[in-house]
Amino acid sequence: MNGFDWNAVGESLPLLLEGFKVTLLATVLGTLVAAVLGLAVAMAGRAPSKFVTVPVRLVTEFVRSTPLLVQLVGAAALFNTVEPLYIGITVLGVHYAAYTSEVYRAGIDGVPKGQWEACRALSLSPRRTWQAVILPQAVRNVLPALGNYAISMFKETPFLAVITVQEMVFEARKYGAEQFAYTEVFTLAGLIFLVASYPTSLLMRKLEKRLGH
Amino acid sequence: MSDFFSLLVEEFPRVRSGLWVTLQATVLGALLAGVLAFALGLMAGSRLLLARGVSRVVVEFFRGTSLYIQLFWLYYAMPLLTGYELTPVVCGVVAFGLNFGAYGAEVVRGAINSVPRGQYEAAIALNLSPSRRLWKVILPQAWVQMIPSFTNLLIQLLKATPLLWLISAADLMTVIQQLRDRTGETLTAYLTLLVAYFVLAYALTMLMNLLERSAKRRLGLDTGAKGLFKSRSAATTAVGGTR
Repeated sequence: MNGFDWNAVGESLPLLLEGFKVTLLATVLGTLVAAVLGLAVAMAGRAPSKFVTVPVRLVTEFVRSTPLLVQLVGAAALFNTVEPLYIGITVLGVHYAAYTSEVYRAGIDGVPKGQWEACRALSLSPRRTWQAVILPQAVRNVLPALGNYAISMFKETPFLAVITVQEMVFEARKYGAEQFAYTEVFTLAGLIFLVASYPTSLLMRKLEKRLGH
Repeated sequence: MSDFFSLLVEEFPRVRSGLWVTLQATVLGALLAGVLAFALGLMAGSRLLLARGVSRVVVEFFRGTSLYIQLFWLYYAMPLLTGYELTPVVCGVVAFGLNFGAYGAEVVRGAINSVPRGQYEAAIALNLSPSRRLWKVILPQAWVQMIPSFTNLLIQLLKATPLLWLISAADLMTVIQQLRDRTGETLTAYLTLLVAYFVLAYALTMLMNLLERSAKRRLGLDTGAKGLFKSRSAATTAVGGTR
């Protein structure tokens, strides 16, 4: 037993924070991809033809039910000339899009039928129907759930270390292996996650209450 | 038939043992998570401030600090600190149990809160003891509410098991990756692996649907056979927050 080395904490903190920037960047961009792609998938899922909706449903179900880690490692092995960070952001985005599309679907279903009928009565084009009437109402209901997925994506970014993206956990593992100080760096990394994610989830809960969920 | 599949057939015993490790980690992790979820979830509804506080702190701690880090902490950091080493699979089971138990606790708490007040009042009016009130009135109703969220968590847990590969347990992912390295067929190998997890996830979902049907029947709710094949819905994870 060699106890807890406070020097290692002081020494590794700047490294971890440097990696944390990459963690945040991946989370923000990944969330953006998931938010946009999820909406596209949800809208495609409402297409009038079954030849569109059934494959869309199957693919989202498949992506949702298979492990992120396998998707990441597989994508990195297939596209081994692409920068790992881009692969990481894309895979995170696509994986979470499978979840956010369900959220959008529920949000769109939540818009009263009368709104659609009113749009038809006013003979608005499909584009204006979505843009001016349906989406503004749907997205408002969907925001808290999207925020929750952003938080869980944040907690899954350590997976990116496996495909050599130099985010926080990558730095932690490197430092831990060099100095044999795994206890200190992993404890510190865990605390950084806690400090960053807890206030955010409190905020999301407040937002959810305010929007009446 | 491609090299990969002929090797897969040849090495079937190893593939099977990898599958077994994955299933073991999933089932044992889920059992531990279930026990913790009920313990922490019931504590969260207790009248004692201490019980509520402990539950809150534990739940927020394990939800807030990424599963990945918890697993690595158990595998790399704990032996250095305590001199006590766990085998990779046990590490996995403990980390999965603690992490998903914390998420499950929120599900239990939410479901118990959603049982109508009148049910508590009626149970008190009938002079049922607190334990009978819980077992005979509250939990059977809350249980039906919990199952869809538990199904989601179970699949999340299954999807977390490839992490075992990183702490060198010979799980399904490890074995298939070894086959890939020997044949060089990257696409086939990873697609096979993804399909395997998809099939496992769907099988677990249907088992949970069966459980949901029996729980509903006990409440006298109508259940059709169609519900058995339904997939999970991400939108229902709203109870207790998403993961």
